[in-house]
Amino acid sequence: MDRREFLGVIAAGAAAGFTFPGREASAQAEAAALYDAPKFGNVSVLHFTDCHAQLLPIHFREPNVNLGIGSMAGRAPHLVGTALLKQFGLKAGSRHSFAFTHLDFVKLARQYGRVGGFAHLAALVKRVRATRPGALLLDGGDTWQGSGTSMWTNAQDMVDAAKLLGVDVMTLHWECTYGQERVEQVAKNDFAGKIEIVAQNIKTADFGDPVFEAYTMREINGVPVAIVGQAFPYTPIANPRYMVADWTFGIQEENMQATVDAARAAGAKAVILLSHNGMDVDLKLASRVRGIDAILGGHTHDGVPSPTIVQNPGGKTLVTNAGSNGKFLGVLDLDVRDGKVSDFRYRLLPVFADLLAPDAEMKALIDKIRAPHLAKLQEKLAVSEGLLYRRGNFNGTFDQLILDALMAEKNAEIAFSPGFRWGTSVLPGEAITMENVLDQTAITYPYTTLNEMTGEQIKVVLEDVCDNLFNPDPYYQQGGDMVRVGGLSYRCDPTAGAGKRISAMTLKGKPLEAAKKYKVAGWAPVAEEAKAAGGEPIWDLVARHLRAKKTLAPPKLNLPGLVGMEKNPGIAT
Amino acid sequence: MLRAGSGAGVVAALAAAGFFAPGEALAAWAKDAFEGKSVADAMKAMGATASGASGDVQIVASDIAENGAVVPIQAISKAANTQQIAIMVEKNPNVLAAIFDVGPDVLPDFTTRIKMGETSNVTVLVKADGKFLTATKEIKVTLGGCGG
Repeated sequence: MDRREFLGVIAAGAAAGFTFPGREASAQAEAAALYDAPKFGNVSVLHFTDCHAQLLPIHFREPNVNLGIGSMAGRAPHLVGTALLKQFGLKAGSRHSFAFTHLDFVKLARQYGRVGGFAHLAALVKRVRATRPGALLLDGGDTWQGSGTSMWTNAQDMVDAAKLLGVDVMTLHWECTYGQERVEQVAKNDFAGKIEIVAQNIKTADFGDPVFEAYTMREINGVPVAIVGQAFPYTPIANPRYMVADWTFGIQEENMQATVDAARAAGAKAVILLSHNGMDVDLKLASRVRGIDAILGGHTHDGVPSPTIVQNPGGKTLVTNAGSNGKFLGVLDLDVRDGKVSDFRYRLLPVFADLLAPDAEMKALIDKIRAPHLAKLQEKLAVSEGLLYRRGNFNGTFDQLILDALMAEKNAEIAFSPGFRWGTSVLPGEAITMENVLDQTAITYPYTTLNEMTGEQIKVVLEDVCDNLFNPDPYYQQGGDMVRVGGLSYRCDPTAGAGKRISAMTLKGKPLEAAKKYKVAGWAPVAEEAKAAGGEPIWDLVARHLRAKKTLAPPKLNLPGLVGMEKNPGIAT
Repeated sequence: MLRAGSGAGVVAALAAAGFFAPGEALAAWAKDAFEGKSVADAMKAMGATASGASGDVQIVASDIAENGAVVPIQAISKAANTQQIAIMVEKNPNVLAAIFDVGPDVLPDFTTRIKMGETSNVTVLVKADGKFLTATKEIKVTLGGCGG
């Protein structure tokens, strides 16, 4: 009898009125070992980030390709699979291996079940807060976007859920794709007196006035702690600029230093940066800005078990990244004495749904949010024979499905799909629901497009996105993955210079011609003209494609040939 | 505020505000320099035969432009007796974007917005005490999309 059958027997037994005290006790012991580490020091901060509006427990396969180039090669977060296990001392096949790597994903997903979900996250937050009175809960952003309900409610579902969860401070990225007016409206009304938005790097485009407070000072057990905010620096570039037309972003390193200095001058004994920079940018920033004790980071969706300690002219800074999709809760304990941080403990806790009893109040809110939309969300479009996932530098099977659907439905020879890092996974044999499709596509600019592009233009697009991923200077990266490409084969040398990484572009075995025009389908255009032109939302196109299929064979990944990456521990098969 | 290629306009505005004598402002319009197609051309037209990178020159700008059509650039000189500050965009069709003539009572710290066609090095050239000093920074202009 394998594990699955055994669980089936347990379910049957439970239905028949049997109980399994032994199993219950062992789950409790497992949860206690995972979640009940004693409090350390006198200042505790809890952190989650990039949950992408996932209110229910989900599956999320971590990448097997997360390449680091130049000085970033071979160091966290650019380690995958066994290299990651080795670096952080994790055991293959363990719950942690399941949470942090792609290894044996399908098998372990069936064994350990789903992760995350706001009712389970709420239970864990309460559990950790019980031993850490006064602990703050920080939300790194990308909370309002990524699901059908968040899109249909104009993010009201996540605004209400974050308030109930007890978030104290947050910063922004995808929130901005609901428009600057919506963000300001929530900040002034729903969040007033409850959740404070901080961002030192959002200014008005005309006079450079701050839009939000750069930092907030909070007293934790009598210790003044400054939480500085850093929104995603490239929001108006990676997402439509017209949605934040009056705001300007950027890394703003000098203003960051000035903000930290001001917080110290105002009496902060610890300074924490709540960052949506992405981990590589945070690592560089930590090496240059003085006076930050810890950076609690997000954006790049890297689940990193322990912090990287970075030296800078002012001392040391811890840099963390807390994964995505509600899978993790970061717990940072600081010992602040004699006016400074003297020691720390950090753990990134995976939120295992089977080890945590859902918080009743949060569960009731989620049920209420979902009730009006349930029929639409739960529509079964087709059954997937293979594993569907997105995350990875070059492609994922769910993206391949989107590319295949775009090419078929638009009668295009080539398709592009954005290198987003959010999007949940579907196990083999499961039905693909409308909710799954929306988990991959729910954005406020979902228009599908069909354009004629020359071979030369196609190369420019690939080179441009590739430089945003592999520029050796992290400040020139945007933190997304490579644009997913359907139909077209190519070779990629991540270590080559800008404009020289892409080669050997072929279509059906023939070299792409620079001057010839090709039909290219895509979605998520950032130009305002594309909004005016409209275009069928991507989820309708994919749903139509799937309904006609009934059963979806495992998508065949179109991956580029890679040059010079054989020994990079950021790639595994 | 200030717009791309507005060097002459800035000088005229400052002259009107009494910063310069009108003759000086007119002398500042360096036609050959503004028509230079390469950094070398523009520098030659400005009389800069030799220049060197200097910590006294600062260029403050974002690493990636939010909008290539309006890229905010701050050019600062801490060199004594700064006489001129110029902004050059290596890959623009006309390299020289702006020249500021700096009188004795003017703080050599200017912010303007320039236009950039593509990713390029941007150089701030300072003339101080008859010598030429520079600072250079790459500013990326990208197609956008596909983020996180």
